[in-house]
Amino acid sequence: MIWTPIGSINDIPRRGARCVATPQGRIAVFRTGDDKVYAIEDHCPHRGGPLSQGIVHDASVTCPLHNWVISLETGKAQGADEGVVRTIPVRIDGENLFIALEALASRAA
Amino acid sequence: MAQKLVVIGNGMAPGRMLEHLFETAPGRFDVTIFNAEPRVNYDRIMLSPVLSGEKTFDDIVIHGDGWYIEHGVTLYKGHKVVAIDRVAKTVTSDHGVIEPYDRLVIATGSTPFIPPVPGHRLPGVITYRDLDDVDAMLLAAQSREKAVVIGGGLLGLEAAAGLNARGMDVTVLHLMPTLMERQLDPAAGYLLQKAIEQRGITVITKADTKAILGEGKVTGVELKDGRIIPASLVVMAVGIRPNAALAKDAGLAVNRGIVVDDGMLTSDPAILSLGECAEVAGNVYGLVAPLYQMARVAASHLAGDTSSRFTHSETPTKLKVTGIDLYSLGDFADGEDRDEIVLRDASAGIYKRIVLKENRIIGTVLFGETSDGAWFADLQKKATDISQMRETLIFGQVHQGGPGADPLAAVAALADDAEICGCNGVCKGKITGAITAKGLTTLDGVRAHTKASASCGSCTGLVEKLMTLTLGDGYNPAAVQPMCTCTDLGHDDVRRLIKAKHLKTIPAVMQELEWKTSCGCAKCRPALNYYLVCDWPDGYADDYQSRFINERAHANIQKDGTYSVVPRMWGGMTSSHELRAIADVVDKFAIPAVKVTGGQRIDMLGIRKEDLPAVWADLGKAGFVSGHAYAKGLRTVKTCVGTDWCRFGTQDSTGLGIRIEKFMWGSWTPAKVKMGVSGCPRNCAEATCKDVGVICVDSGYEIHFAGAAGLDIKGTEVLGLVKTEDDALVHIVALTQMYREQGRYLERIYKWAKRIGLDEIRRQIMDDAEKRQGYFDRFVFSQTFAQVDPWEERVSGKDKHEFRPMATVGYAQAAE
Repeated sequence: MIWTPIGSINDIPRRGARCVATPQGRIAVFRTGDDKVYAIEDHCPHRGGPLSQGIVHDASVTCPLHNWVISLETGKAQGADEGVVRTIPVRIDGENLFIALEALASRAA
Repeated sequence: MAQKLVVIGNGMAPGRMLEHLFETAPGRFDVTIFNAEPRVNYDRIMLSPVLSGEKTFDDIVIHGDGWYIEHGVTLYKGHKVVAIDRVAKTVTSDHGVIEPYDRLVIATGSTPFIPPVPGHRLPGVITYRDLDDVDAMLLAAQSREKAVVIGGGLLGLEAAAGLNARGMDVTVLHLMPTLMERQLDPAAGYLLQKAIEQRGITVITKADTKAILGEGKVTGVELKDGRIIPASLVVMAVGIRPNAALAKDAGLAVNRGIVVDDGMLTSDPAILSLGECAEVAGNVYGLVAPLYQMARVAASHLAGDTSSRFTHSETPTKLKVTGIDLYSLGDFADGEDRDEIVLRDASAGIYKRIVLKENRIIGTVLFGETSDGAWFADLQKKATDISQMRETLIFGQVHQGGPGADPLAAVAALADDAEICGCNGVCKGKITGAITAKGLTTLDGVRAHTKASASCGSCTGLVEKLMTLTLGDGYNPAAVQPMCTCTDLGHDDVRRLIKAKHLKTIPAVMQELEWKTSCGCAKCRPALNYYLVCDWPDGYADDYQSRFINERAHANIQKDGTYSVVPRMWGGMTSSHELRAIADVVDKFAIPAVKVTGGQRIDMLGIRKEDLPAVWADLGKAGFVSGHAYAKGLRTVKTCVGTDWCRFGTQDSTGLGIRIEKFMWGSWTPAKVKMGVSGCPRNCAEATCKDVGVICVDSGYEIHFAGAAGLDIKGTEVLGLVKTEDDALVHIVALTQMYREQGRYLERIYKWAKRIGLDEIRRQIMDDAEKRQGYFDRFVFSQTFAQVDPWEERVSGKDKHEFRPMATVGYAQAAE
């Protein structure tokens, strides 16, 4: 697996998210209240809302467009909603964050 | 030793039967259930609210997994029973499980009838029966394409309304000339069609489907008259048929459904059947009330009491489409021996028809106003002679002299055996009895113990009135509404405790008030953030991560993830300089749309998030500040030109509007606040549908509040008349601060005012000078921290991270 550096965990506010631009589209990188980091596609399975703009609670994010709640761990919509968004592997090395881009590329290909 | 009871089917009827059985004869049976659906028992009649988005699947689960464990029930999820061996007394599932039984209950329900037109097997053709169908519809609805619903009955219309609510373009095809012709007369069917069409759903009656078109998947529906309706989804909702094949294969007596006697026994006395698959005295049933009666009878027989008998009774029909009130019961065909009373109110969209035979009600159709349904049903059930009240009957119970126009009195006047909950057959006496005997004080408690209002929920209002009658002040419906699922506390308790316990951070609130989640949710966090901002203006650090994106990015998110920006134009006034600056910004950033808003502002739409700081920088150079068009806060003060220009103007309405806006901008409120100032009673600024409005008159300023012109439409209430502009400002500010301190998050002023009481607000703001001054002073103090232009802050670098990507990666690899 090739790990691509994307910056420091301190670049992301707690209970917040930042975006990473890639050729396969935007990735949303989340930092939870207890400093876990997750990366998912920045595209809600419902109507494509930018999940990076949502409110982060526990290990979930609520989409800003229509309030779907997406699990950051599995990418799956919670509750009665059904849909799934791609998750991207993240590695934390000290403060530095890496994502495994090729997983994304190979699936997009 | 316990006998083996096997139940085929896990729908609402067998679920209810088992509840009764476990209550009356615990331990008598060792129960095994086969459920063809891979899930627990849920409330099938609430699928429509799940489809429309008003409820989630979790909301409609009747028995969670724990219930099965608690009662020692073995539940085979996703197992369809394929054979019954009545000699060996076993059943066999499609996964090969063989289970012996002493008593067997067949509750296989019904299957949707699919007309065998060409193309009916194409992918994209679905029925509306279970959660899988709802999921399929929700998936299809994401495309926001066209859908056709075949069948304009109860189920078809609920499916159409749900798909419409999810953004699809829906056409309903109905074979008969009017909708729901089995439950409604043509007049009510016509009104229903109008109401459905007003939602943007197309209705085609006398539509005979010839074929479903498409290759590989559905592309449309062709009618016999040659019309073709394009569609990527076709929902079949023409009717249901009892699912009796399994019983027939086992050699049981089967007619339309599985034939049972009035004790629910089939032709094999070891086997019972109930639910939509069962046929009693030639009738099959599809509504929940008779099915629950079957459940009671079957449970009694299994428990050894064979005296319980199923009797046929009429069941009212109600449509579960929000905003359409419809009620129908009994027989309403015309006939020589029949008489009718009709009331029509065209402007209000009300139609009521009572069908009488020998001075007794035999049928009722109500559309638009259905609150007397239970009363009419009671008169019909008891075959009451109505000749004494014939003149006023149609106007309902409150017009019958006895109880006045008070809805509580009307409920009080109901007899103890009057049915309150039609779904579960619960009468008034049972509810009031349970409230007293079990000391119930919450709606959920009443639901748990009596089942009243626990199914479709349309009787919730009646049940709440009964609770008020029985408990008096001991019942406070507001107290039972928690903020969200993270806490049991309501908004008011949380606000009170924040002050009382001096809680000054979100983690402190969650810790001290015992939040059930670690970090709240998207409902409670923004509310808590507002309460803390409002209550501790100098001591709380605003938590941006608990704000909705619009308030974090200081712009309005649009459906494609771009933003719109509205600069402030004080009182709606602008100038050539400002307009030129806006034009330059629009050109420079290639902003695709510019629109004039209802609040007298200019909205620039379609701006990329990365561009926002630069857009604001340019607007700031021209003197613009944020218009807070995204905020739960003061939005706009709309004005007319007043004495400056207007020949009718009585005061300087423009000047007052600008003054109010300059005084109050930047303040956060529970929900958005829109104001208006009109210079004379002609009211060109439309001040009388605003949250706060002023009508200038010769003698001063008439202050209005609690108007609405959105989801609800409501004229304002008058707060009072003041003599000077200074007084007007003080009173408006004090009113707003009172609302800020008491309002629940997202509760607009008109809802808050209704809850608190108009007189109480007038008393505190108009009559109590000390209170008024206190509110005013607290607002002024709060503003010293709030009046910072968020756009300028961000142009200067605040929250830089919000507006740019963290990294841009992968392009080099991709190019290789």
